[in-house]
Amino acid sequence: MHELSIVMGIIEIAEEELKKAGKERVTLIELEIGSLSGVELEALDFAWEPAVRGTVLEQAERKIDYIEARAVCVDCNSSFKIEHIYDNCPVCGSYLKNIVKGKELRVKALEVV
Amino acid sequence: MCGTCGCGTDNISIRKPGEITELQHFVQITDHVHDHHHGHDHHHHESVHIDLEKNVLDKNQLEAERNRGYFEAKKILALNLVSSPGSGKTSILERTLKDLKDEINFYVIEGDQQTMNDANRIDALRIPVVQVNTGQGCHLESDMIYRAVKELNPVENSVLMIENVGNLVCPAMFDLGEDKRVVIVSITEGEDKPIKYPDMFHTSDICLINKIDLLPYLNFDLEKLKDYALRVNPNLKFFEVSATTGQGMDRWYDWLREEIGKKQNL
Ligand SMILES: Nc1nc2c(ncn2[C@@H]2O[C@H](COP(=O)(O)OP(=O)(O)OP(=O)(O)O)[C@@H](O)[C@H]2O)c(=O)[nH]1
Ligand SMILES: [Mg+2]
Ligand SMILES: [Zn+2]
Repeated sequence: MHELSIVMGIIEIAEEELKKAGKERVTLIELEIGSLSGVELEALDFAWEPAVRGTVLEQAERKIDYIEARAVCVDCNSSFKIEHIYDNCPVCGSYLKNIVKGKELRVKALEVV
Repeated sequence: MCGTCGCGTDNISIRKPGEITELQHFVQITDHVHDHHHGHDHHHHESVHIDLEKNVLDKNQLEAERNRGYFEAKKILALNLVSSPGSGKTSILERTLKDLKDEINFYVIEGDQQTMNDANRIDALRIPVVQVNTGQGCHLESDMIYRAVKELNPVENSVLMIENVGNLVCPAMFDLGEDKRVVIVSITEGEDKPIKYPDMFHTSDICLINKIDLLPYLNFDLEKLKDYALRVNPNLKFFEVSATTGQGMDRWYDWLREEIGKKQNL
């Protein structure tokens, strides 16, 4: 369950930003999570509450922008939606592609007081 | 384990064989950094919006780059060995170290949640080894490697083998600063492992297919496995090996020598 380390990383980022801003706590945290980021939303949910308890994120509302993955075919240059890393190009069938979206795992924004 | 959040990051220890009961050798490698706010403040504050766009894995990535710089300076070839539990990471290491230790200076970092078992197996071959116990953590991270490498203090032009925690999911996300990632899959697992756990195959450079001594007894379709793996990662290179009989190990050794050569001529 690496989602726990992920939440710990998010808490660290929030603590750092809070300190920089000279504020007390976080009221809102916005995350960007790609469908191929390796993070399961359910597992993240499960890890979240116990991990943020007693931290600056305890009372923060959490918003998640879920980003669907897209790839560009190396052989024919088509752009297409992918559900799995191993999906091939719907136009020419090639497995060679660049994943251009869907790997995101970011703290997009915070609201602090 | 932290009573407040249950995150268990303070369970991590780094130790060498023989240091088992000496507590002072347990190096805490993840400090518990939560601030415990209690909100006794009754003033009203302005709410501030901060646009960040910060990658959650930035810290691990930075530390991975630091490791990579260290390895480059000392011309150390670092390999990250990943697989499901029991695919044969330690067995492949044991055989490789035995066969090549007169020719190559090896160092080993063993990652496991709990025991010293794997480090003891390597120690029996008189190869410098450090065990990282991750406690509840299911993968190694770059700062653990940094601290373990400090303990090992490897010489120049050596090879560092990192055996990750047996787990095909979590280690995929954490760059350790390695030169190459080696995924091991054994033929007692299903042919569809690569598409069930695509991230690991996607991020690996080579794939060792282990336990091929068992081929006559199993209904395993090697080509199907490779086909699935190539869909996930069209650049993956395969080596069919048996850690038990030594079959096929020569090709893997040749690859290793080639990579050492490349690293030393950088
Ligand atoms: N038949 C056969 N058995 C093997 C081979 N390689 C490993 N094994 C057996 O597989 C079992 C697991 O091997 P390990 O080397 O401990 O596997 P591991 O990947 O290090 O396991 P963890 O560290 O627990 O994840 C042991 O019983 C080995 O003897 C092989 O090539 N052929
Ligand atoms: Mg092992
Ligand atoms: Zn195409």
